[in-house]
Parts: sequence; structure tokens; C-alpha cells
Amino acid sequence: MGDHVAPPEALDTLPKILDWNATARAGLPASREKAFGIWQSFTWADVREEARAFALGLLNLGLAPGDRVAIVGENRPRLYWAMAASQMCGAVPVPVYQDSVAEEMQYVLDHAGARFAVVENQEQVDKLLSVKDRLPALERMIYVEPRGLRRYDHERLHAFGEVQARGRAGADRAEELDALIASAKGADTCVMLYTSGTTGKPKGVVLSHDNILSAARSSSVFDDLCAADSVLAYLPMAWVGDFIFSMGQAYVCGFSVACPESAETMLSDLKEIGPTYFFAPPRVFENLLTSVMIRMEDAGTLKKWLFRVFMDHAKRVGPDILDGKPVGFMDRLKYRLGDLLVYGPLKNTLGMSRVRLGYTAGEAIGPEIFQFYRALGVNLKQLYGQTEASVFITMQPNGEVRADTVGVPSPGVELRIDEKGEVWYRSPGVFVEYYKQPEKTAETKDPEGWVATGDAGFIEEGTGHLRIIDRAKDVGKMADGSLFAPKFIENKLKFFPDILEAVVFGAGREMCCAFVNIDLGSVGNWAERNNIAYASYTELAQHPRVYETIRAHVEAVNRSLAEDPMLAGGQIHRFVVLHKQLDADDGELTRTQKVRRTIIADRYAPIIEALYSGAKEIFAETEVTYEDGRKGKISATLRIEDAAVVPAQRRAAA
Amino acid sequence: MKDMGQGFVTPDGRRIGGPVMEVKNITLRFGGVTALSDISFDIREGEVRAIIGPNGAGKSSMLNVINGFYHPQEGEVWFRGAKRGPMKPHQIAHQGIARTFQNIALFKGMSTLDNIMSGRLTKMKASMFSQAYWFGAAEREETEHREAVERIIDFLEIQAIRKTPVGRLPYGLQKRVELGRALAAEPSLLLLDEPMAGMNVEEKEDMSRFILDVNDEFGTTIALIEHDMGVVMDISDRVVVLDYGRKIGDGPPDEVRNDQAVIDAYLGVPHE
Repeated sequence: MGDHVAPPEALDTLPKILDWNATARAGLPASREKAFGIWQSFTWADVREEARAFALGLLNLGLAPGDRVAIVGENRPRLYWAMAASQMCGAVPVPVYQDSVAEEMQYVLDHAGARFAVVENQEQVDKLLSVKDRLPALERMIYVEPRGLRRYDHERLHAFGEVQARGRAGADRAEELDALIASAKGADTCVMLYTSGTTGKPKGVVLSHDNILSAARSSSVFDDLCAADSVLAYLPMAWVGDFIFSMGQAYVCGFSVACPESAETMLSDLKEIGPTYFFAPPRVFENLLTSVMIRMEDAGTLKKWLFRVFMDHAKRVGPDILDGKPVGFMDRLKYRLGDLLVYGPLKNTLGMSRVRLGYTAGEAIGPEIFQFYRALGVNLKQLYGQTEASVFITMQPNGEVRADTVGVPSPGVELRIDEKGEVWYRSPGVFVEYYKQPEKTAETKDPEGWVATGDAGFIEEGTGHLRIIDRAKDVGKMADGSLFAPKFIENKLKFFPDILEAVVFGAGREMCCAFVNIDLGSVGNWAERNNIAYASYTELAQHPRVYETIRAHVEAVNRSLAEDPMLAGGQIHRFVVLHKQLDADDGELTRTQKVRRTIIADRYAPIIEALYSGAKEIFAETEVTYEDGRKGKISATLRIEDAAVVPAQRRAAA
Repeated sequence: MKDMGQGFVTPDGRRIGGPVMEVKNITLRFGGVTALSDISFDIREGEVRAIIGPNGAGKSSMLNVINGFYHPQEGEVWFRGAKRGPMKPHQIAHQGIARTFQNIALFKGMSTLDNIMSGRLTKMKASMFSQAYWFGAAEREETEHREAVERIIDFLEIQAIRKTPVGRLPYGLQKRVELGRALAAEPSLLLLDEPMAGMNVEEKEDMSRFILDVNDEFGTTIALIEHDMGVVMDISDRVVVLDYGRKIGDGPPDEVRNDQAVIDAYLGVPHE
């Protein structure tokens, strides 16, 4: 039994694959969970037995094919088994974000019409009980963790173990269950996932077994995943990525899924489990890096020196070694030494010693952060995906990993860029429909099966890599018709630690200009080290040497923009460092720290005018709101500087 | 709340039994200062019993009498039907009474795990020799005790700080660890000295839940001293109110809350 033997293609649903795994991979670990401080393993045979017992129990409680079963809780093996058990019965699991408040949960459960809910603990039971009057369809609740629930009315409430016991006692319905499993088809619904929905109410994305399995199968081949791999399931179960990694790919490849003991112990669990396959949003990688850097600041001189010398070396040659590119013998030797002294121990601390495949997605990751992990020898890659695509739209193949692209189309995915620059895709993973919302489905998916991503991007000439620029609705045109993608440029600026916030103007204009907010922490630190005295934020912001630094950053961004003919028009000609920080209290940012362009354009109209009029400085007076609600004024004379722009150039074919 | 002979049933359906501990006419003096004068009340099997009162009312002294740490000049302490004479602290621990302290008394340099393990001390039987060399009985015993400790860690949801030295933990968590150590002795009577002092609202809510869960899951009788009236009223079955070393009220929370003497003690009475 090799690690790479995949279940036959004819097995077209997850329960059928689970049955196959229970014989072909009977003794291999499938789930891991820490109970009372010790990791417990369940083999594929165990998982099938547990899930079957639960499925029989569900039948006994009256679950019927086509019913929806809500799954609410943090990643727990039993909740994954509950999803498999629901599918065995022909019912549809609907994982729900466990941290959503009762009202949001009520909306999802009500919209999905869930008859059963399998929840983690008392907290979730209480939440659902508080809205049960508005959930007429919900008949039964089953909990995993009995603590605190003993005195609850158990007429419609059941313990997970009790449902399994019912199932084991009523094993005479096993044939009925087998028939249900056998009669399920690939086109049947596998799971319903509610997208978090930044606009409007969440939508229920219906994914079939065919969707999930085609995505899981092709991506596993793409990255050569096998039964010996392991993952830590710590991202929300309601998120499509977790479903693909912890159910789809895990079933297809037969690898093991470990669940952290609790959300707070994630980092130590990561270290103990040492997964080989790791997914995290950029934020997690960023936080890990920051914690390393903070600890290095406190380290002794020798350690600091070692860290600096070897990390510099790693940044130079590490990514090339990882990509299998030619690297000199001495450099390799030094990298080996570094691995022994620095990279190895560091990776161990980060829980990444064994990671051979890491993915990040969701938003842009800072190039330094990305390169840091790759320099250490962690094969961190980017992918671009959506719930509607069963995750995968594009992925980076080994050897073609860069911070600024999201990779080439995943196997089986077709890509198309429309005239407005929006990215469309079509693949076997494309969702069936939005549950009970045919008009929304029609808006997103055209009759030929193409789906609009809502993101603007372009396919890089030569490499065929997709590059995402911005949300499609934020992308505009400049006066000469060239593409203007403010968020893309702002993100590039914000990757410099000195720049906290940036706002770029240029829609309908001849050239782009920018507002910059310095990061007081980073720039203040720099000023201290360089004996630059300043009395206030405003004074520091207007310091000539700060302008020098910021101009260097802006020009670096211009050079990188010039490399792309499509974006070269968006180079920043003039910029100003603002005298105050953009603030949510002044309405300039949203509470989630996103810039509100129109409000800023309105408040700072004179400065924008000065940017475009060619003035060298401008007197600005701005009203500010203090945290206690009082109002005051900040005024200053702001310098406006020019930044060098670079003529557009064609990228040399790669 | 209905009286059913010896015990009663709480509104949420827990059965409260007969008295576990009875203090009768206790008077405690420190030199010329009378800390407690003529106090009597009982603590019943399975209940959450609160002792409240303003600063200096004698709450901690009362707890120390129950605990056996102070020996009152007058009065009697009855525990499980037997009159109790002067005892050494370890004898009290062996009786199944555990406590936490107002000013956390943990081993700051030791991990959470080790601190809770220290609460198992009274349960350890292996000889010092076999413990020192960790073989035979000691090895088996440690595995057993570790499991008990892990159950407490799980119960109190402190997995993330299992190996953290407690000195590095925030105050609220240290309080939780201290509760864990008291639970490790598997007491039948648990004394909590201001378990919620110095906590923020959220920490208080967590602690209240843990106290109720301990009472519910393990059937442990709990006597607690608390300052925060709101919390006390929410979680206790019966409340004793002390003021200047005298008992001024005793009964279910609602009754005590509306008692004029109690209100006066807490809010003060105007001087004529």
C-alpha cells in the first residue's frame, strides 16, 4: 500500500471514499486530538466506525435525506465526523462560523432550514436556544462537550456519545445506511458554505461532491500530497479552505488532520504536531515573524550577530536553493551551516520543521514576509481562490514562486479577463448555486459556467501567472485611459514599514499623486537612532530627511510599477506627507482601518489641488476629533515633493 | 426554595443535603479585639454558601476558623457530625477541606501543571525513596495524578498555560490556577477567599461559571467570601452577612438583599 495510491475515480462521494479508506488505509491515522494533555489518534477504520455509529444515530432520530445539518464549533474530530455522518445519510452539512453572534447564526440556520444542529459546547447550545423561537425548522441539537449541560432539558438535546450509542444499538438499520451511501451521486450536494459576505446577508454556496472531489483530486496531484502528510486544522470549519484541506484532500490523499487543543494553544500544538502541509492567511505569518523579531531584539549579542549574518545569507540564496536553481558550492555550504545554527532551530520554534508545503491566500502578503519564510527553506506559496470555486483558481507551481503573483490556473481551471479587467474563471469546482437565491446565482455565474471573481487582474505575459490588482469596483481609469488601481499602489507603499497609510489619487487625472502617513513607531525609532529631534508628529512628518526617505520609497514603488506596462501609468509623480494620521474618529478610515476615499478627497481638497497645481508647499488646517469627542484644529505648512518616474518598460520574457 | 426535612431543593433543581459544617456560638478575640462574636450558622451538603460583609467585618477570620487555622476562644465547630478540636493544617487537608487565598499563594516559579500537581500531595502514597528515584509505585502514581491534573486543566480551560510559570500569568489566571490546585485535592468542602477580588467583569463571569460548574459537576460544597454583592447574589444558595464581627443576616440571596440591617451595613446609616 503506497502513500500515493488514490481512491478510484469511480468513488464519487466523500462517504464512499471513507469506506474505501477504512479498508485500504485502515491502520493509518486520520484524525488527531489532544485529550487531557495527550495526543489521541484515530485511524481511518476508527473514523468510519465512529461516523457510521453517529449516522445510524441520526437516522434513528429521524434525519432524512436532503435535510440540512448545521455544524457549529471549533475544529474537533467529532464535528468532522458529524459532517461525514450527515453525508452518509444523504443530508447536507452546513458548517457555521462558531464565533458569530446568535442573530447571525439564526439567519444562516433559518436560511438553510437546518433540522439538526451538531454543536461543540454549552456556549453554542445557549446561543441557539436564545434564538430557537425564530428557528422553527430546528428540531434537535447534539453537543460534543457535555460540560455544564447536565441540567438542560434533554427532550430535544442529545450528547454526541448518546447519539452514537443509539446508532450502535440500532445497527439493524445498517443496510438502509449502506443503501443511502451507495445511492448518492457525485452531483448531490456535498456541503453548503455561507460566505461571510462583506456586503449584504451571507449567501449559501452549494458545492457538490463532484465540485469538492475534482478540486481536491487535482490539487493533490498538483502538489504531490500523500497519506504521509499531516495538517493542523485550526481555521474556521465554515471556511471553504478548511473543508477542502481537512475533508476533501484528507479523504482523497488519506493524510491525517490534527485538531488543536484550544484556540490559544494553536502555536504549541503546531510545534508538537509538526505538520507537513500548512495553510495560513498572511496575518498569521506576519504575527509569527513579528514575534521572532521581538525575541531577537532581546537576545544576546552573539545570537543577534548569528541571526543577522545567516539571515542575510538566507535571503540571498535561500529562495534559489528552494527552487532548485544553481547556487555556488560555498553559498550552499554556508546555508547548510546556517541551517544547523539558525534556520533549523528557528523553524522548529515556529512549528515549521517539517512543512514541505505552505500556502497563504486571502490578501496580499508583504514581499519581505513572504521571502523570509522561503529564505528559511519553508516552501511557502500563494494561491488564489474563492468559495464559489471550491477554493482553487490559481496556484503557484514549485519553482515559480513569487510574492507578486498568485500563480498559474489550477488544473482544470480556465481563466478569462474581460474588457474591464475583471477576472473570470470556469472549472469543475464551480459551485452549483447560491441556496434559494437563483437571481444572485445568475448575477455571478453566466449560462456557460463562467464565474466573475469581482477582482481585477491581468495575466502576465511570458509566465502566464495571474496578478491580482484590486477589487474590480475600485479600479478606475486615468485621463489617458490607462488602468488606475489605487489599492494596489497603496499596498505597495504600505509594505514599507515607514509608511502606515497611503492614499493615491489619479482617477480621471493626468498623473497620480499620493498622500502618505508615516508610521510613528518606525520613523520615530529611526529618528531616535539618527539623533533627529522632533516635538510632534507634525514636525517629524515634515522633516526634510523624512521626506528623503519617503521619496526613496515612492520612487522604489514607481520602479516596480514601471515593470508592468499595464500599471506603469499609475506611477506617483508628486506626494505629500500628511500632518496628521488618518483616523477612524475623523471618519477618514472605516473602523476596520480601510481608507474612505471620498471623505478624504473632500476634507483635503486644497492639498489635492496643490498637488496637481505644481505648488511647492501648502498651508493646511484640519479639524480633528479627539477620542472624547472634543474637536480641535491642526495646522501646518506642508511640503509637496516630486518623485522621479520611470518610463514604462517591457518585462524581459522569463 | 422548599425545606425538605434535612435539606432542600434549589430553584435550578440541585438537591441540597444536611449540614456538613456547623459553627456554633463562635467568638474569636485577638488580644482585646473581638473579631467574631457569637456567630452560628451551618453549611449544607452540595450548596454554595457565601459569607459577605463590609471591610473588616470578620469574613476572613470566619473562614480561618472553619479552616481550623484559628482556634476560637468560645464556641464549637462541628464537621460531619463530629466536634472538632484543635488541628494541624495537614490534618484539615486530609479531612477533605481545601481552600484558596485572598492573596494568591502559588509557587510563582513553578508551572501551572506543577502547582496543581502540588495540590495532589495529600493523595500521594509512594515512599520518598521511590519518588526520588521514580520507579515502581511512584511512576504509576505520577501517571495517575497527572491524569487527574489534566482533567482539572481541561475543566478550567487553562491548557494554553499548562507549562507557563505562574509568576508570568495575569492575576485572573493565577486565581484560576489556585482554584485548580484546591480542586486537585478532591475536596468535599471548598473554601474560597475572595475568588473574584481584583478581577474585571469578564474574569468575574468566568470565575462564577467555574464555581457553579465545580459545584454542579463534582457536587462539591462551596463556602466563599466575596465583596462583590452582585456576584454573590447570583451564584450562592444561601448567604451569611457579617458586620463588625456579628452576624446580621442569614438566608437566601433575595431575602438578604431586602434585609434592612444588611442594607444599613453596606450603605451606612445617617448619624442623627
